[in-house]
Amino acid sequence: MTPSSSLDTAGAAPHGEHHDHHPSYLVDGTTIKSWLLTVDHKRIGLMFLFWVLLFFLVGGIFALLIRIELLTPGPTIMDAMTYNRTFTLHGLVMIFLFMIPAIPAVFGNFMLPLMLGAKDVAFPRLNLASLYIYLAGAVIALWGMLNGGLDTGWTFYTPYSTHTTTTVAPVLFGAFIIGFSSIATGINFIVTCHTMRAPGITWFKMPLFVWAIYATSCIQVLATPVIGLLLVLVTVENLFSFGMFDPARGGDPVLFQHLFWFYSHPAVYIMVLPAFGVMSEIVSTYSRKNIFGYRAVAYSSLGIAFVGFFAWGHHMFVSGQSTFDAGVFGVLTMLVGVFTAIKVFNWIGTVYKGAVDFKTPFAYFCGFLFFTVFGGMTGIALGTVSLDVPWHDTYFVVAHFHFIMVGATIMAFLAALHYWFPKMFGRMYHEGWGLVSAALIILGFNATFIPQFLLGNNGMPRRYYDYPERFQALNVASTAGASLLAFGFIIIALYLAYALVYGKAAGKNPWRSKGYEWVSESPPPTHNFVGPQPTFPEEPHFYVDPKKAEVPDAV
Amino acid sequence: MQSSAHTADGAAPVPRLAAHFASLEVQTHAARLGMWLFLATEILLFAGLFVCYGCYRFLYPEAWAAGSRSLDLTMGTVNTVVLITSSLTAALAVHYAKEGKNKMVGIMFALTLLMAIGFLVIKYFEYSHKFHIGTLPGRYYTYEGMQMPGITLYFTVYFCSTALHALHVLIGMGVLTVAMIRAFTKADFGPNNFTMVELGSMYWHLVDLVWIFLFPMLYLV
Repeated sequence: MTPSSSLDTAGAAPHGEHHDHHPSYLVDGTTIKSWLLTVDHKRIGLMFLFWVLLFFLVGGIFALLIRIELLTPGPTIMDAMTYNRTFTLHGLVMIFLFMIPAIPAVFGNFMLPLMLGAKDVAFPRLNLASLYIYLAGAVIALWGMLNGGLDTGWTFYTPYSTHTTTTVAPVLFGAFIIGFSSIATGINFIVTCHTMRAPGITWFKMPLFVWAIYATSCIQVLATPVIGLLLVLVTVENLFSFGMFDPARGGDPVLFQHLFWFYSHPAVYIMVLPAFGVMSEIVSTYSRKNIFGYRAVAYSSLGIAFVGFFAWGHHMFVSGQSTFDAGVFGVLTMLVGVFTAIKVFNWIGTVYKGAVDFKTPFAYFCGFLFFTVFGGMTGIALGTVSLDVPWHDTYFVVAHFHFIMVGATIMAFLAALHYWFPKMFGRMYHEGWGLVSAALIILGFNATFIPQFLLGNNGMPRRYYDYPERFQALNVASTAGASLLAFGFIIIALYLAYALVYGKAAGKNPWRSKGYEWVSESPPPTHNFVGPQPTFPEEPHFYVDPKKAEVPDAV
Repeated sequence: MQSSAHTADGAAPVPRLAAHFASLEVQTHAARLGMWLFLATEILLFAGLFVCYGCYRFLYPEAWAAGSRSLDLTMGTVNTVVLITSSLTAALAVHYAKEGKNKMVGIMFALTLLMAIGFLVIKYFEYSHKFHIGTLPGRYYTYEGMQMPGITLYFTVYFCSTALHALHVLIGMGVLTVAMIRAFTKADFGPNNFTMVELGSMYWHLVDLVWIFLFPMLYLV
């Protein structure tokens, strides 16, 4: 450990009494080494933000290439094999390198200790290790993608994935390594919630974002090892033909699907539960109201995490599964909708009669509400066996999971980025541009994926390179929407980069929020709080009078 | 896992409390909880293999019976005894660490490591026999004496699970070696500072536990 990053021993006097002697975490140590070897959860969160955004850019560029290719029937800009590799890379990068780590690893890392009144996460060095494990996995997977590529789609279904001549092994091995990062982060957050809460923060005084991250971490810890094993088995089979999932050698490809979806269905909740947590914070802050039904929102996170483990079979309605199994998985799938509805009703209950402050994060909340409800309702429809059979593997499914996974998560990611930007960097961005780009992105997203619902319903299968003439109009609409979306992201990148350098100082609590994370400075000092560990006498999200919300006392 | 700061004047070793923890108890609690969660993930990793085992056993009962009879029960039993005994010495190491008897901690871990090596040597003989007669997974299966549907899958499951287990034995040996060297050279384990010994030993118990599942699954049933 370097001197600049080592932690003071407990009880040792800090350098001085004045606040000026506690530089923010951003300037406490400016060498490259002080960043790369830091154990400060805030710096690690920021580094995660950098990489996650970079991979989002990569995945986004490949999404645009897919959309351009599908602009006209037949070959447009690439051949069929390149197209297969492109959509595989898009899916892999977006899921494993962006969606899964996006909110937990960036905002969870940054905010969790602040929200618990802790100086750091429980295992700071493990936290740093999880960043480098993630990067190592990303490098190996991307190296494989660039040297031969992978054409299986991100689901690696056997027996195709064990027989294809494209580079399966390094990509799967990279994904396996990324799984370790996910597990390490999950363990770290669970232990942090159990052991690092400041005096006075009981379980039911934890902010709802913490609850959501806690539930997410439970899924990460319980589901990731299974796919880890599966990826190893497929890699081994691809390299040595062991026959574990190869029907030619007596293996069962449906077993592969069971094990794959046992992780990959809960993985949806790894992506979307943190998004729910972000929204609970935002809806309370900008409505100036205590969250309606705090316990119900907290419990429903755990409920989704729990039920999410019993719904994987709905990916396999047409795999030859028995009708009884399909019925059971269908019902269990719909239970997820019940828990999600609890949250949605509570958010609406929170906004009701609140003094809404319509800032950029709240705009994203509105988009989020639409995507969650619309995406969720199509999910209920897809959970119905008789409806899933005709829609199976069509663009209807593509549109559905983009709405709920991508739509909800992107809304929450952007909302979190805007909501916590002042906390993380101590500067304000331009509100007008924020609202404009939010509108662009919500519009662009709808324009991209609503045509895909229609395409799927008309029978266009997913992952196809070519399509009949009659699907072209809707494909053009979808591509146009994707361009609008890209334009929105460019605007965000520009004004946030500008704000980073020229934005006006944010002050401690620009949103006048009652969230615990706003108690410390913006940006916070290295050990999060100046002086002794803070206590939090009030509940989180506690607004006495919605019309005259007070700024919490400085600690 | 937190290391201890060894005082220069030879006084009783004082474990180092990292600044972000409220107290030593909390720090130990966190380390233990983290380890338990990690062990849960390890069990789930093997659980995936157990599912494959159960599924194919259901599909190919004859092949499973024949495959399991073809394994050397004596070697498997001896290995089980060796591994369970090594768990005992690992547990005793924790006991001595709590009493500050560092030399005994080192000796106990050394015994554990010896038994681990013994386990791997026996495993090596079992493996080489299979390599010799050709009862190997998938397309490498060349043995003429046993031909029935699913038999190659039995050996796929056998080799995948025992190899993954052996990998965990090696990792566990690495962890215990580090703890042993610390006990011998630094002698810094004591009533307040035995987390490393305890967690290393917990990991070793997991390795043992997985084998206790694998042995009846592959050799007995």
